[in-house]
Amino acid sequence: MTEYIKLIDLTKCTGCRACQVACKNWNDLPAESTGFTGSLQNPADLSYNTWCLIRFDEIQNGSGMNWVMRHDACMHCEWPACVKACPSPGALVRTDTGAVVHDPNFCIGCKACTAACPFDIPRYSAEQEKIAKCTLCYDRITDGRKPACVTACPTGCLTFGPKAEMLAKADARAAEVQGVVYPRNPKYQTNVLYIMPKAIDVAQLQHTNPNPKMPTTILWWKNLFKPFTLIGMGAVAGAAMLHYMVRGPHEPHEPENKEGGE
Amino acid sequence: MTNHWNDIQHADVIMILGSNAAENHPISFKYVNLAREKRGAKLINVDPRFTRTSATADKYARLRSGTDIAFVGGMINYALQNGRIQKDYVVNYTNAAFLVNPDFKGPVDLDGVYSGLSGDKYDKATWSYQLDENGVPEKDTTLQDPNCVFQLLKKHYARYDMETVCKITGGDSKEYEDIYDLYTSTCRPEKSATIMYAMGTTQHTYGSQNVRAFSVLQLLLGNIGVAGGGINALRGESNVKGSTDHAALFHILPGYLQAPKASQQTYQKYVDDSTPKNSDPKSVNWWGNYPKYAASLLKAWWRDADPEKSYDYIGKYDDGVNYSTIPIIEQMASGKINGLFCWGQNPAVGCPSSRLVRRALAKLDWLVAIDLWETETAAFWQPEAGVDPAAIKTEVFLLPAAASMEKEGSISNSGRWAQWRWKATEPPGDARDDLYIMSELVHRVKHLYEKEGGAFSEPILKLSWDYAKAGMDSSSHHPDPREVAKEINGFFLKDVEIKGTVYKAGQMVPSFALLQADGSTCSGNWLYCNSVTDTENRLMRRDNSDPTGLGFYHNWAWCWPVNRRIIYNRASVDLSGKPWAKDKPVIWWDGLKKTWLGDVPDGGGAPGAVHPFIMVNHGYGQLFSPGMTDGPFPEHYEPLESQVPNLLSKQQESPVITRYDKAVQGKVCDPMLVEGAAACVFGSPDKDRFPIYCTTYRVTEHWQAGQMTRWLPWLGELVPHMFVEMSEELAKEKQIRNGEVVRITSIRNQEGILAHAMVTSRFRPFTVNDQTLHQVGMLWHFGYKGRVTGAIANDLTPLVGDANTMIPEYKAFLVNIEKVRR
Repeated sequence: MTEYIKLIDLTKCTGCRACQVACKNWNDLPAESTGFTGSLQNPADLSYNTWCLIRFDEIQNGSGMNWVMRHDACMHCEWPACVKACPSPGALVRTDTGAVVHDPNFCIGCKACTAACPFDIPRYSAEQEKIAKCTLCYDRITDGRKPACVTACPTGCLTFGPKAEMLAKADARAAEVQGVVYPRNPKYQTNVLYIMPKAIDVAQLQHTNPNPKMPTTILWWKNLFKPFTLIGMGAVAGAAMLHYMVRGPHEPHEPENKEGGE
Repeated sequence: MTNHWNDIQHADVIMILGSNAAENHPISFKYVNLAREKRGAKLINVDPRFTRTSATADKYARLRSGTDIAFVGGMINYALQNGRIQKDYVVNYTNAAFLVNPDFKGPVDLDGVYSGLSGDKYDKATWSYQLDENGVPEKDTTLQDPNCVFQLLKKHYARYDMETVCKITGGDSKEYEDIYDLYTSTCRPEKSATIMYAMGTTQHTYGSQNVRAFSVLQLLLGNIGVAGGGINALRGESNVKGSTDHAALFHILPGYLQAPKASQQTYQKYVDDSTPKNSDPKSVNWWGNYPKYAASLLKAWWRDADPEKSYDYIGKYDDGVNYSTIPIIEQMASGKINGLFCWGQNPAVGCPSSRLVRRALAKLDWLVAIDLWETETAAFWQPEAGVDPAAIKTEVFLLPAAASMEKEGSISNSGRWAQWRWKATEPPGDARDDLYIMSELVHRVKHLYEKEGGAFSEPILKLSWDYAKAGMDSSSHHPDPREVAKEINGFFLKDVEIKGTVYKAGQMVPSFALLQADGSTCSGNWLYCNSVTDTENRLMRRDNSDPTGLGFYHNWAWCWPVNRRIIYNRASVDLSGKPWAKDKPVIWWDGLKKTWLGDVPDGGGAPGAVHPFIMVNHGYGQLFSPGMTDGPFPEHYEPLESQVPNLLSKQQESPVITRYDKAVQGKVCDPMLVEGAAACVFGSPDKDRFPIYCTTYRVTEHWQAGQMTRWLPWLGELVPHMFVEMSEELAKEKQIRNGEVVRITSIRNQEGILAHAMVTSRFRPFTVNDQTLHQVGMLWHFGYKGRVTGAIANDLTPLVGDANTMIPEYKAFLVNIEKVRR
């Protein structure tokens, strides 16, 4: 199976939100009842029913301004913290397409992934007691199609293709517009990349993480404590077995005759 | 559009002015971005407000609403003063060299007006050329004669110097200078620039002249007829081009033929009045064929009558009387119109002074609304509209219509491509397609006339209406759109021999050049002649091969006229037939085969044989246009509602605009009409009560009057509330915080409407004539029906009509804003 990358070229986004609606359409997600947010950004945040959101940032830039519209959805990490943190096998899986997908059948609603994700992507529904997020349209890309958001994008901002090709394209485009590829980080790779124009600093944008990394607590827990606890659990089981062999089965005590009274 | 959406990719500079294309024409940005990526094109955006288009532009500048001509006039002046014109193009292809009548006087001489003004009309006798004995204009190709168009133009725009322009628009001279320099750099023959505009240009008191200013600029730079050039009106609806082509307007018949007037009592007079004459052998003077088009149209409508006879069947409109949108409102309010069909239209939200519209609807005896959902118009009598249903006597019929996927037919897009659309699914419930509804009306009205008779029944009884196909349900007369397409193209009604070829009766007419004036052909719209052949409906073609690589796609659908993808393309080559731009030629002359290659050329013959602008009488692009009713050169005037004097002349507004505030004065009419037509004019004491400029616009997420989008949950979620955008400075002055509810009032609606405040630095105050002026902007998508609802912005807009087209002013008017204290 080919590994894919979705490239978001912020020099080409016009904030039309076709991606946001296409996502709801393909994934059959209901509309939220939204209020006036004081901005065009609506719903105000990602949610169990909103997996893709255009975020609007007005940034003063000397006498002028940058109005940044950013497609925000799952980054599909190469070593996903959510998968690492998830205790329920099969509930969150990184597939060989690069897509990190969730399966509600196995989700136990523990919210470990929501705490672990460096991009704050998975969202929990108290009503459903499960999480949900962008799947990179795993059901489409394994059928030879592009994700719904990419298909809907009219301006060429969202593109999608095999990993090597898209990495080369991203580097070339970043050079052309004198911008950077984010998060093109050898220590933290993702299957979703942005072209950030030179005028935009990632740190100025809402809901971004300039230095994404696997949370250390997860590493400590999963790589160190968890093995120890497994050893601990094994030791407890072993000791019980030993006890059985040495002392034999635990027999019920003779009931004490407590019947009193004359 | 003179060009096409996909032709934007060939532009070197793109200017979006009077449009928010990124939001309202998102697909256009595919080609804007292609031009930028592939050609290194630069994008300019000029707008009162920093929009999603501005956010992606390379250069952005501001202007106050209603000052477009000042901005563009400044650019014309910059081009003329700095020699930034394409000289060969200007001399050979425009009327720059024409000598104008020496008695012509312009705003320079007459302080803001043109010669011939009497009352509120111009007598255009002096707006004429000096003609030779053959009636061809005299020329000075050195462009030195003080009476030549070029010198008059130069004199006219010399007043539009940078300082004056910026004083009027409130823009920044440095930014303007940058933009003027960049845009006029496309005067080089191999470079082209395009202007993308929409309702921000046209829905103004001076909308027609705004577009004229673009034409003048583009002609000076040699940017019309070339790839990546043109003036491109981005139409707001998928088929709005088709609706104008087929005459959904009062003053034209299909194919832009003129609607007959009461003074034209005979067919001969009508045709004589409408056919321009020209004796210049190089002038194609295409409208010289008028009698052929008119006769063919009348034969399409009444197959069995001679055009001389069937001409009598058409209604004639009174000379000088206007029947466009605003007069319809006025006539309803005055009780003169008793019944109304609203077909896919929502005037209760979309028309200017819409509160007056809703009040006027209550005066009707009956109203038929045909739409996908129940619109505000259909529901004007309901409690949600703020009225007492018991007090309204109008009988309302709501006919559910089929959506575009639920019917077969064609649409014509902005770039003039007529494309067939097939039916994907059946309409729900009792919904019917428009063609069926229309056809049923015709049959039933005919039937009633047959049965009961009536005054002047001939036109209806004799009307040719044979679209029902054998095999279809004959009792319902369901018409076949493919038969309609054939009639629009036109066919021979009897055997005709033309230049040695015999055409049999019933054969499709192959091209409009073969339409006949003697009634032997019919054609429902001459512009579409060539779209259906004996073997094929070309609207259905779907071959996306592109042999020239220029994006013409000649075998994809069909484009009027005669599948020409870029009109006036004759101007894209020099006099020897060589393209100005080698890397993006539109047409080129093959000297060996003696033929044109590339796009379908405008007019036949060898290079230089004909003047390129074949649709205008003399064949030259018109820098000077005597056809306009308010002046041959665009001139800046202030909008009717303005806080500042006209800094260019003593003439505050154009003297020939249609002012309803004046029209109702002294007339005995319904007080609601006086209120709804009131205007806060410059110099009146009301001006201090409404100090803020206001404009209206759309967002990506909703469409037009909202009747199709406010019912959709996913779109309602994105923009759920009516809002008004304002600057941080104004908000501070008025103590309004972002998100709070405010009341906006205008002189026409002093109770006002409520909206959420969107406080943003994307709006900034203007300094005009040393005054600080605030401008705000509102969405006009909302109404009281639907899943998401809100106040109707047009309850505040004025009733002012452009002097040429009567298009209403939706973009510049005065309001006041106050915080709502709860």
